[in-house]
Amino acid sequence: MKLSLGPLLYYWSREDTLAFYEQAAAWPVDIVYLGETVCSKRHLLRLPDWLELAEKLTAAGKEVVLASQTLIESESDLKALRKLITDGRFSVEANEWGAVRLLAEAKHPFVAGPTLNAYNPDTLAMLAEIGATRWVPPVEMPRQMIQQMLAALPEVTHLETELFGYGRLPLAFSARCFTARHYNLQKDDCQFRCLDHPDGLVLASREGEDFLAINGIQTQSAKVMSLAHRFDELTDAGIDVLRLSPQARNMQRVVDIFRALADGDIQPAQAPAQLDRFMPAAPCDGYWLGEAGMAFHPVTEGESA
Amino acid sequence: MSNPPLLELICPAGSLPALKAAVDNGADGVYLGLKDNTNARNFSGLNFDEKSLAEGIRYAQAKRRKVLMALNTYPQPATLSRWHKAVDTAATLGVDAIILADPGLMAYARKTHPELRLHLSVQGSATSYEAVNFYRERFGIQRAVLPRVLSLAQVENVIANTDAEIELFGFGGLCVMVEGRCLLSSYACGDSPNTFGACSPGHAVRWEQTPKGMETRLNGVLIDRYADNEKAGYPTLCKGRFEVQGETYYALEEPTSLNSMDMLPEMARLGIAAIKIEGRQRSPAYVAQVTQVWRAAIDAVKKDRTTFKSQPAWQATLAKVSEGSMNTLGAYYRPWK
Repeated sequence: MKLSLGPLLYYWSREDTLAFYEQAAAWPVDIVYLGETVCSKRHLLRLPDWLELAEKLTAAGKEVVLASQTLIESESDLKALRKLITDGRFSVEANEWGAVRLLAEAKHPFVAGPTLNAYNPDTLAMLAEIGATRWVPPVEMPRQMIQQMLAALPEVTHLETELFGYGRLPLAFSARCFTARHYNLQKDDCQFRCLDHPDGLVLASREGEDFLAINGIQTQSAKVMSLAHRFDELTDAGIDVLRLSPQARNMQRVVDIFRALADGDIQPAQAPAQLDRFMPAAPCDGYWLGEAGMAFHPVTEGESA
Repeated sequence: MSNPPLLELICPAGSLPALKAAVDNGADGVYLGLKDNTNARNFSGLNFDEKSLAEGIRYAQAKRRKVLMALNTYPQPATLSRWHKAVDTAATLGVDAIILADPGLMAYARKTHPELRLHLSVQGSATSYEAVNFYRERFGIQRAVLPRVLSLAQVENVIANTDAEIELFGFGGLCVMVEGRCLLSSYACGDSPNTFGACSPGHAVRWEQTPKGMETRLNGVLIDRYADNEKAGYPTLCKGRFEVQGETYYALEEPTSLNSMDMLPEMARLGIAAIKIEGRQRSPAYVAQVTQVWRAAIDAVKKDRTTFKSQPAWQATLAKVSEGSMNTLGAYYRPWK
């Protein structure tokens, strides 16, 4: 099982972002996704900065993938997308179908990101045919459906499967910025208030139940999706890569625990007790089980499959 | 070659009576779906079986109106044949176009029924001409319905760079999220529009009168609580009141409706092929009223867009039937964002 560090979904200061990736170069992950996927207004790192980081991480032995913007609205968004692709040095994660068109045209291999909505083997096989070498299922896709997808693929199709396995789930994208809205600011004058919320801004029900997390135009789960306790179910399901989504604090500790799981140094049933204090919120695993995403079913020792 | 369509009025038909109401009140076309999760309005009591579909097609086409069938959810491996069969049914019964979101299903339709006209659904989340052109080149889609996230200037840029027809939402319930890119419902209750064809589905909804007021819940999560003087709304989860940093408010979106009528002259200038009215879950009476008003407005703007003014009587009718009784120009008007 390979481990990847997913694209940074939040907006952190330039120093914090650079420091994070400087440290990540030494973490035991195989793949690092770089780039801004959420909001085109976030500019503290620009493409040349990401490319410089990409070179450094490659030199440190990581496979680097540049992730594309999920919501393309303007011509300048497209311009940024074209630049990302024409650089050509690194693989690209396509997060909408405009990127797929450009990557297929350039015959540039790519990762099919989770928001491409590949829900059936026909669509997935087509993606592979036009250049996808890896896919990330929609984050809501249950284990059983992933298995059915892979079983139904034509034999000639070779694709790695990467699962979103740890972090606040990216659930929705909007034209509207909910962080700006919270501060009664317009999106065009947002004052980059998402800088103040390095793990998102929690939205609770009126009876105090943490429900979602606001991250600019993105809405996330308040709970942290974690499959640490189900790590031994992943290989059987055909998962090749497990994606860990960056968080502001203790990311190295999280990576270390998943590495220990991958190397068999700790058992899945032991993982939650170790992971718990490094998580920004309570865990959930419902999507994996085909239930409401926010559900959580702990596995007790001896019970795991 | 005939002229490209301009401002066709496409109205919702959740049932045969709604279809007839739309046709009788001036819709150029109706859109509808089958009674299952192959379309994004999979609510009980709605939609068509083969018999009512055949009758609806006869009724509409006899009056030279179009029937567009939405097959706009994402087929899944175990039940893929259900979507294929629905495409076959649409072709056999002679609908004028099918509205699809999934590329795999487009490939099937193209191969099996090459004569069948394809529209890209709003659930396909295509917000740029690069995305629209992907579907156009690969599968020959003739029209794309754009998500309700672009400003009109951005729509204009899409139109300038594709030869696919562009359809926009004109009126009705407003998704604040990019359609096809929202999993909030499945996070809360297991079913999402992408796979199940419904957001905040009825089976997960609870209404409960409590000493604190009427409470609406989705799979146990409190979506909103209403004081006695407030009208309780359906718990669509992005339209609830939540608490963020100690402040309780509509954190994502107020329960408002989209109403873009004031932008009709601009839409005419841009060459928008069709205007879609949301609301397959609404009554035939709603469809009749809204269709009538929009028919009059579109006729007026086609006659002379420079002098077009939306009539107070039209707006009063629309305001009366709007969800939450409030209207917004949505993303077409940039400051809304």
